[in-house]
Amino acid sequence: MSVTTYREAVRAAIREAMQKDERVFLMGEDVGHYGGCYAVSKGLLEEFGPERIRDTPLSESAFTGAGIAAAMAGMRPIVEVMTVNFSLLALDQIMNTAATIRHMSGGQFRCPVVIRMATGAGRQLAAQHSHSLEGWYAHIPGIRVLAPATLEDARGMLWTALDDPDPVLIFENALLYNMEGELADDAGAVDIDRAAIRREGHDITLLTYGGSLGKTLAAAEQLEGDGISAEVIDLRTLRPLDEGTILASVARTRRAIVVDEGWRTGSLAAEVSARIMEGAFWELDAPVGRVCSAEVPIPYAQHLEAAAIPQVPGIVAAARAAMGR
Amino acid sequence: MTGAGTKVHLTREHGLALLAQMLRIRRFEERCAELYTQEKIRGFLHLYIGEEAVATGVMETLTPEDRIVATYREHGHALARGISMNAVMAEMYGKAAGCSRGRGGSMHLFDRETNFYGGNAIVGGGLPMAVGLALADRMQDRAALTCCFFGEGAAAEGEFHESMNLAALWKLPVLFVCENNLYAMGTRLDLSEAETDIAAKARGYAMPAEAVDGMDVVAVEAAARRLGTEIREGGGPRFLECRTYRFRAHSMFDPQLYRTKEEVEAWTERDPIARLRAWLEEVRYLHAGDLDRIEAETADEVEAAVAFAEAAEWEPVEDLMTDVGAEART
Repeated sequence: MSVTTYREAVRAAIREAMQKDERVFLMGEDVGHYGGCYAVSKGLLEEFGPERIRDTPLSESAFTGAGIAAAMAGMRPIVEVMTVNFSLLALDQIMNTAATIRHMSGGQFRCPVVIRMATGAGRQLAAQHSHSLEGWYAHIPGIRVLAPATLEDARGMLWTALDDPDPVLIFENALLYNMEGELADDAGAVDIDRAAIRREGHDITLLTYGGSLGKTLAAAEQLEGDGISAEVIDLRTLRPLDEGTILASVARTRRAIVVDEGWRTGSLAAEVSARIMEGAFWELDAPVGRVCSAEVPIPYAQHLEAAAIPQVPGIVAAARAAMGR
Repeated sequence: MTGAGTKVHLTREHGLALLAQMLRIRRFEERCAELYTQEKIRGFLHLYIGEEAVATGVMETLTPEDRIVATYREHGHALARGISMNAVMAEMYGKAAGCSRGRGGSMHLFDRETNFYGGNAIVGGGLPMAVGLALADRMQDRAALTCCFFGEGAAAEGEFHESMNLAALWKLPVLFVCENNLYAMGTRLDLSEAETDIAAKARGYAMPAEAVDGMDVVAVEAAARRLGTEIREGGGPRFLECRTYRFRAHSMFDPQLYRTKEEVEAWTERDPIARLRAWLEEVRYLHAGDLDRIEAETADEVEAAVAFAEAAEWEPVEDLMTDVGAEART
């Protein structure tokens, strides 16, 4: 075991992928000479050179599309988009090409591209750098959507994603990059199909992913002090959802709260809630609750920003309400 | 029958082949228009009639390893590239034997065998794809080039700028072929572009670019061959603007209120097929019976394709969800 950060775990994953497979290269804005917008790729240019640590112009559509097509022609690109907000400039390529090409070509073409980007609020970067739109991407058939919330997943999801024959989007909550903890020295690839039970409990299931996992675990600790035993599920893969793990947990606890940094309307939380209703309605002792971001563009001022996104007291309150306390 | 400054030695055999290819495309599409009115073919149908010289001339210069990126007006590109007419027609019908197994239709013809990457119905959407295919070839030391067809309407899209810049910056082996037919759907070039010289735009990215008479198949072929050679020699991307015209409406739903009959007639007089034919006659390459033979062979091929498509099976509805992603892991 060694102490590492989420940032270092992602970097180690990229380095290992590039060492293992000549076809892997990293492409994006400031990934090379600058050292990475979030310093994830710091040092990799020196190690692998400018062909494989490829700085791009500020042109999300072209370089994302180029990554998608390079994957179709035998490469294994990792495309880094600085934030999910900027990925909207590449949405045409992600949606109209990456997600559709396998089906539209009758199975003749596929693009095993991996597209990484930062998501989430909490750094006072205001509305155009702080949104959580991974739920939008989870709407789209033809792509896989991952949200690593732990050091193990930050280290291990990339390799599995690169092995996937289809496009995979990885959303890294920007607040997690500095997260520090112990990681096994031989930590390697992890599965990207299943949700994980991060904390076992029997009174209520708290379902979350990415940047809200830590807050949800903290809420579960508080609830324990109140005599409420909360199970915490980390969804990990937002598309396709691991319905089995979700429904099995809810069947045991009979209550559920979904915690999602996306906006409530049309959110991933809405989808998870509906799946529980469809699959476990008769097991429920209370309506499924949701803790989401306020329906507002994320503001700059710290107190307003904090109030806009899910926080521990809100999660605790929602869980207590579901328990009738 | 040459564009200014180009010298092409055209044999009788090659001249007839160009004529036959353009006629194949035209007769195929004329039949498609009929089938559309009979509701055998549905969806959007964008005909290439009038523009055959571009796909025919450019495709002559490409190797089997080269990659093609096309637009939603791509029947001509698909046929000239060598996708079987049967597979293209079956795709028009939406049949399982179609080149995209009935999932793409007229606008999304694909064929792995011939490196044909569609069939992109988003104007400009194919440009980043061409950049990526060329990047992959360069990084894997392959000799192939990527040929990207697009209309002049795409020059108004941001992806045009981004892709030109990236291809030129990275010196990628891409031949950009702009099919300038003067109308972006129904909007005339000077109503949609501040700079109407499209080749001049490309030069703004430090990319050698030229314009050619797109109604002259020999001139198109000569220019594409020369630019292709420069690309293969490591010169980076090249840009070829082909000035052409579509004789038919943008799609089958288009009443063509935006252009005059006189204009259409004036361009029709420059019909690339009639021009090549006249030249072949003038130099005595076209012998008595040649044209009848080509027309008869083409008609047979088209009717065989219709019969093939008519008889082909529908993809079973049970297969609706196939090829959305890889089969689920266990």
